[in-house]
Amino acid sequence: MTDPIKEHPLDLDSPRFSVEKPEARYDKQGDMPDAERLNLAMQGFMKDFNSTTATYMESCIHCGHCADACHFYKVTGDPKYTPIWKLEPFKQAYKREAGPFAFAYRAFNLKPKVTIEELEEWQHLLYDTCNMCGRCTMICPMGIDIATLISQARHGMFAAGLVPHELWAVAERAEREGSPLGATPKVLKERVEWLADDYEVEIPLDKPHADVICTLSSIEIMKYPESIVAVAKIMNHLGLDWTLRSDGYEATNFGLLSGNAAWQKDMSMKLINAAIAAGAKTLVLPECGHAYGALRWQGANVYGQPLPFEVLHISEFLSEQVKSGKLKLKKMEKSVTFHDPCQVSRRGGATQAPRDVLQALGVDLREMQDSGDLGYCCGGGGGVVTIHRADEMRYAAFDIKMRQIDATGAELPVTSCSNCRQTFDDGQAHYKWDKKMASLLEVVAEHIAD
Amino acid sequence: MELLEFARGPGLTISLIIFFIGVVWRLFGIFRLGRKPDHSKPRSTATTAGAWRMILRKMWPHPEFFADTAIATINGYLYHIGWFLAFLVFAPHIAFVKRLTGVSWPALPEPIMYVATAIAMLGLGVALLRRLTDPVLRLLSNFDDYFSWFVTMLPLITGMALIPPEKYPEPVPLAIHLLSLELLLIWMPFGKLSHAFLVFISRGTTGAAFARKGARP
Repeated sequence: MTDPIKEHPLDLDSPRFSVEKPEARYDKQGDMPDAERLNLAMQGFMKDFNSTTATYMESCIHCGHCADACHFYKVTGDPKYTPIWKLEPFKQAYKREAGPFAFAYRAFNLKPKVTIEELEEWQHLLYDTCNMCGRCTMICPMGIDIATLISQARHGMFAAGLVPHELWAVAERAEREGSPLGATPKVLKERVEWLADDYEVEIPLDKPHADVICTLSSIEIMKYPESIVAVAKIMNHLGLDWTLRSDGYEATNFGLLSGNAAWQKDMSMKLINAAIAAGAKTLVLPECGHAYGALRWQGANVYGQPLPFEVLHISEFLSEQVKSGKLKLKKMEKSVTFHDPCQVSRRGGATQAPRDVLQALGVDLREMQDSGDLGYCCGGGGGVVTIHRADEMRYAAFDIKMRQIDATGAELPVTSCSNCRQTFDDGQAHYKWDKKMASLLEVVAEHIAD
Repeated sequence: MELLEFARGPGLTISLIIFFIGVVWRLFGIFRLGRKPDHSKPRSTATTAGAWRMILRKMWPHPEFFADTAIATINGYLYHIGWFLAFLVFAPHIAFVKRLTGVSWPALPEPIMYVATAIAMLGLGVALLRRLTDPVLRLLSNFDDYFSWFVTMLPLITGMALIPPEKYPEPVPLAIHLLSLELLLIWMPFGKLSHAFLVFISRGTTGAAFARKGARP
């Protein structure tokens, strides 16, 4: 892969955005002997072994319950999709190299060395078929946070150059250009000018100082630009001193999803530095699930100290505004069901925020059979939506969600994650489904009471 | 030295020493790895309460998962309760502990003990059957799972072999019963039976982390 731009052109015409379906797959990055690849994977794994990882690794009782929480197991019935099994090489490396009885495991070869073949085989399990949605933690009787372990295992996989082609390509583009989907600062500026003109709304960009800095997802910039208009309408209506910043606007973090901790840090630091430069009191994250995990819960750790500003997901921001009475909304005469982005609700603790907003909209909220913290992932999280070879499995997983939404009888499905939204658009096109996922942010912007 | 004498004396002492050293070593092996401080602004600082909430919440599955986990959950409760009843409130066991420590407590009637033991054995049988036949469990299972099952079942079998209870049971079967318990004590820190203490650490760790985020246990 000498020229990723030429070899991985973006596909921005399909319902879901990614790189074009590759004719030849490059699921192994870099040119190095297998022994070196393996060594790098082991070093990557070792870096993540801490007391929390060890607690989880030591605690699994092999009950297999986690399979029953995973949509990929549910739709296939194949035991290899059992969440804890997806970690087998990581677990094997831990037991042999870092656990309390590692010396015995090595001396008597009780746990064989991880092999390169094993890692290649596990790429499918660690990336294609895990959304890191964390539903498995909710069923695990030992409370093991499998999604965090998967995220750690991906670090070793990335170090070894064993990331699925498309996910590596979008992550590399995000690191190089500042956006996984070509939403460079130049593109952002053009979009903002066009939207401000077309929608007759003021969209401040690059104000040197502002109380609130708003961030976006590339998916919004490239696919759902009305979201930018919605942010502007709401912020302007509230009379806030706010801005977008071209030095820190992209909130998606493909460093995190692909397993490159250094890139994750680069991407988070852009936002952190932009907010500090603007002297912002609050940074509002866009409708994006993993962006919330990356900055709200991991940002300060990347920064190395507490962040000097507050981080809010847009749904939390809207919830605060409606609860304080600053943002009044017109009633919406519709039945609605809400799809929880896993990283914001189950794994982020902000499950109630969108429901507060929906209540302010006066909708008839119809919860799905599995909803809120126990809801199923749409199948697109964790970078899975970018991977073409995962499509079949992803569509099968999406079917669960589609059926649960249909069963509510709600007129409108709503979510607060643009990645979920594009997964729904793709699923809708695949199944010729009669429902279209709406954005909570855009719905709110349409119902601002004067 | 008679076998019973060994089982009651050095055997018990050695197994208890291995048990305690093993537990301490396993915990040391976990905590020596340390972890970095979390600088994120907590939604809640009640992390200890969160840890306990998770420990208690995980005693029973969420309703959304009950249909899939009912057999394993109910069976799990049956053999855990049965095993511990047989272990803790059977008169000869209390007498044994009293001889060693001077501490005693009331026993339950023998017929109840026999039922509890039978339930524990039946439950363990069901657990093994599931492990051997369920594709997920078969894939996940290794030596630890089967050996842990074996050392849990053995004291029940060797104990039942002492029935009908004589005032003074035959020394060899009694020694074997005691040795089976000692085998369990020796194995416990090294295999999955250590979930007896790791369950609090694992659930507590996640419970504290979830409480910090304001996430539901």
